Amino acid sequence: MAEKTVEIGSSILSRNERLAAELRERFVRTGTYVINVLSSPGSGKSSTILATNELLRDRYGLRCAVIEGDIASDVDAVKMKEAGMPAIQINTGGLCHLEGNMISQAIDALDAGVGLENIDVIFIENVGNLVCPVDFDLGENLAVMILSVPEGDDKPIKYPGIFQYAGALLLNKIDVAPAFDFDMEGYNRTLDDLNPTAPRFSISATRGTGMDEWASWLAAQMGK
Amino acid sequence: MHELGLVSGILDVAVKTAREAGASRVVSVSLRIGDMAEVNEESMDFAWDILREDDPLTAEATMQVEYVRPKSVCAECGNEFEHDRFHLRCPACGSRETRLVAGREMDIVSMEIETPDEEDG
Repeated sequence: MAEKTVEIGSSILSRNERLAAELRERFVRTGTYVINVLSSPGSGKSSTILATNELLRDRYGLRCAVIEGDIASDVDAVKMKEAGMPAIQINTGGLCHLEGNMISQAIDALDAGVGLENIDVIFIENVGNLVCPVDFDLGENLAVMILSVPEGDDKPIKYPGIFQYAGALLLNKIDVAPAFDFDMEGYNRTLDDLNPTAPRFSISATRGTGMDEWASWLAAQMGK
Repeated sequence: MHELGLVSGILDVAVKTAREAGASRVVSVSLRIGDMAEVNEESMDFAWDILREDDPLTAEATMQVEYVRPKSVCAECGNEFEHDRFHLRCPACGSRETRLVAGREMDIVSMEIETPDEEDG
């Protein structure tokens, strides 16, 4: 018996990375801006997408669609369709994050149903989770992290990865801040070191607070 | 808890590589994982112990992981610096414009395999 070393030198996630690169090229070709929406369950991903869609549609004439990632059910996709957005539901059946192959299939379905040329923006509502989605590139242009006030100001310290990964940071449910002991200064201080480049927006998706500023920054990223 | 998926992917590569090389078994697999990847060491070990038994080639293989400390480069002063998971601003000039160059990798570096002795004639 002889032992020998075989050099490999590839990423563990090389398959996902290849798919993400293919998706990114596809989005460039079709002129589609894709937003990976990340947060824990219940911090307001769906309501933020709904409110952002209204502003992007009414003020900037942008046509939005949604890919919904959930362990089970089509509750969110139904909600999005009722708001007039084409929506594809992915059920991960227990998997804690979305992966490139799921997005490829969902994009194919959107393309077949509506035509990607008729969509300007796609929101990917990832599975509510502050850990696993970080490692899976979905070919997006922007990853948005939504924290809600009731979750507490210490979340960036507890889950640094996702706050560092995001290209924009939303603090949702700002309207209930007086009822919670949310240390805004401490929250900002952590993020100043952890992710100094991502812009931060304080919003209330359901009441509209701060949504203008967020939507206008987002539209500017798309050249609007 | 996506370590099961990660380990399953690593073992797929290991088995494929071992078959192509005509190996009789995989001795070890070396990985390099950045401290900023969301990977839990204990979960990786747990998944490894379970999943390696799925194929006789990897049933006794060990996993060696080198953890990589995050490193960034400052876009303003060019300083390259190591840091923890929390402090990404440039320690030299205080700039916010820094770019992560290491710390998020998840690579299969190499593997040790055992091959049957080649017989003469």
